Amino acid sequence: MKIVACIKRVPATETQAKIAANGKGLEPAGVEYMLSFYDEIAVEEAIRTKERVGSGEVIVLTLGPAEARKELVECLAKGADRAILLVDPAWSSRDSLSTAKLLAAKIGELAPDLVFTGRVATDTDSAAVGPMLATLLGRGCVTDVVKLTIEGGGKLKAERESEAGIEMYELALPALITCQKGLNEPRYAGLKGIMAAKKKPVEEVAVQDVPNQIAVETAQLPPARKEGRIVGTGAAAVPALLEALRKEAQVV
Amino acid sequence: MQPYKALDYLDLDSEFSQDERMVRDTVRAWVSDRFLPVVTEHFEAGTFPHHLTPELAELGVFGPNLPEEYGCAGLNNVAYGLICQELERGDSGLRSYVSVQGSLVMYPIFAWGSDEQKKHWLPKLAAGKAIGSFGLTEPDFGSNPGGMASRARKDGDSWILNGRKMWITNGTIADVSVVWARAEDGIRGFLVEKGMPGFSAPEQKHKWSLRASVTSELVLEDVRVKEATHMLPKAKGLKCPLGCLTQARYGIAWGALGAALACFDEALSYSKSRIVFDKPLAAYQIPQKKLADMGTQITLGQLMALRMGRLKDEGRLQPHHVNMGKRNNVHIALEIARTCRDMLGANGISLEYQVGRHMTNLESVYTYEGTHDIHTLAIGEALTGIPAYRVG
Repeated sequence: MKIVACIKRVPATETQAKIAANGKGLEPAGVEYMLSFYDEIAVEEAIRTKERVGSGEVIVLTLGPAEARKELVECLAKGADRAILLVDPAWSSRDSLSTAKLLAAKIGELAPDLVFTGRVATDTDSAAVGPMLATLLGRGCVTDVVKLTIEGGGKLKAERESEAGIEMYELALPALITCQKGLNEPRYAGLKGIMAAKKKPVEEVAVQDVPNQIAVETAQLPPARKEGRIVGTGAAAVPALLEALRKEAQVV
Repeated sequence: MQPYKALDYLDLDSEFSQDERMVRDTVRAWVSDRFLPVVTEHFEAGTFPHHLTPELAELGVFGPNLPEEYGCAGLNNVAYGLICQELERGDSGLRSYVSVQGSLVMYPIFAWGSDEQKKHWLPKLAAGKAIGSFGLTEPDFGSNPGGMASRARKDGDSWILNGRKMWITNGTIADVSVVWARAEDGIRGFLVEKGMPGFSAPEQKHKWSLRASVTSELVLEDVRVKEATHMLPKAKGLKCPLGCLTQARYGIAWGALGAALACFDEALSYSKSRIVFDKPLAAYQIPQKKLADMGTQITLGQLMALRMGRLKDEGRLQPHHVNMGKRNNVHIALEIARTCRDMLGANGISLEYQVGRHMTNLESVYTYEGTHDIHTLAIGEALTGIPAYRVG
């Protein structure tokens, strides 16, 4: 089975966000990057699927700067077979649709049976690229998958977590799955894997520019939290606290 | 608890290759996710978390700088050093467990064993399916291992071993112990297996240091081993066990930095958040001086470890280099742990924080694998050409 896992490098969780001088995004200086949390689950599911099926190839694909090689190699160390980096100087300002178009063009060439993406990237928090990719590729898609079973005859069973509960789907290959927390527990890149990754190919491809349809006007940090207020002490303060929570904070 | 942030004052990160950083970050993440949540209870109980051995093997930390044909990762020595650093950031007992397996058991089998011994033991030890220990130190011979009282006597195609070894990490749980004993033609190395008649390895209890590590005595009473399978054919003379120790001490020079970094990180974040007389502890001059001194010492230690690693990868690292690295880095780590313990005030003595655990562990690390004083004399000998170890 040929499987593609799409990944994104995102600012590391501990990053102290600062707004860049142009006021339109994150100040890149001093930012450390990492593989987006849900994409790690996507890569793990791609590798496990190949292991379960017993044969095939796992290709990791990303659109990003040349430095994104680091995250790709990490995926190779975990067990992916090869990586493709769509080198995009404008990656940090790219919108979801143009990202999806560029990825779709490459996936179209690769013609995999299955595509995995994370359910959302932890930086922009859009949850858009996965479903857009499926639409552009004309594939069946289930989002927020927490359990996936490969059936015989090119069929899949997917369980999706929604607000209503667990939804069960059946779909046919080729398909696209976006991965939710709980689908699997991603493995560590073992030291032997890290050494093996050095021998695996990372192909860099220059991308044709696709125009963005949306652009950030201004980016702002959330306002600082207002200082708290002590409404009283002990049990006697409970009515005042409830009153404040209802009227002022409007949270109960 | 705040996420761990390792001090990197001089941007030494950029001196490491991408693979070296990836190795470090993998082990760092594993220690944070899997080891730190359980270390306190094991330290208190005086046990090693054995359930983690398969995960350590899966990560590939046993003998990671040995070749791939034996199931090892074939990493360079800088990566090995970084592994030691990250493991000891967790606990000196964890790093000891891994150091002994790799540098003191797998390394001598790799360097001086027969092909059959290598094929039999190395893949098992790399996979954590067998655990090893290293028996050199004796109750009356620590700094002077050449004086050892353990004896090996040849008897036909076998050897008869007699003696006692002390302070042996992993001894009780070891499937195979590399035991050094004096034969007629000098010191020889033997592979003694668990359960061999006449061999026992009682655990040494009541330690207040390295509590999350098994320490044992090895007792050999007429233990009969076959020469062909259980003697290391190429290990002759004291230089062999000392050569193992140079490997392990190299790792300790890195490991001690991990313990120092853990303490520093904890004391730094504590002093920024702890309010004393209406402002953070970190806003006072005395804590700042302590932090400045410790940050400088860690940075110097990192430079020394990195330089040693690059020399080792070029095949140019000499034992007297390692004497300096082990001596300095363990010394500064112990001083830093004590200072950080002080900076945490009463909290510093609680196992809810890491500093006290590291501080007591480092007292052992200061003494084992060549005491601080013996390393001082080794450096003295390298500088002057005069050995000052002996009377007369």
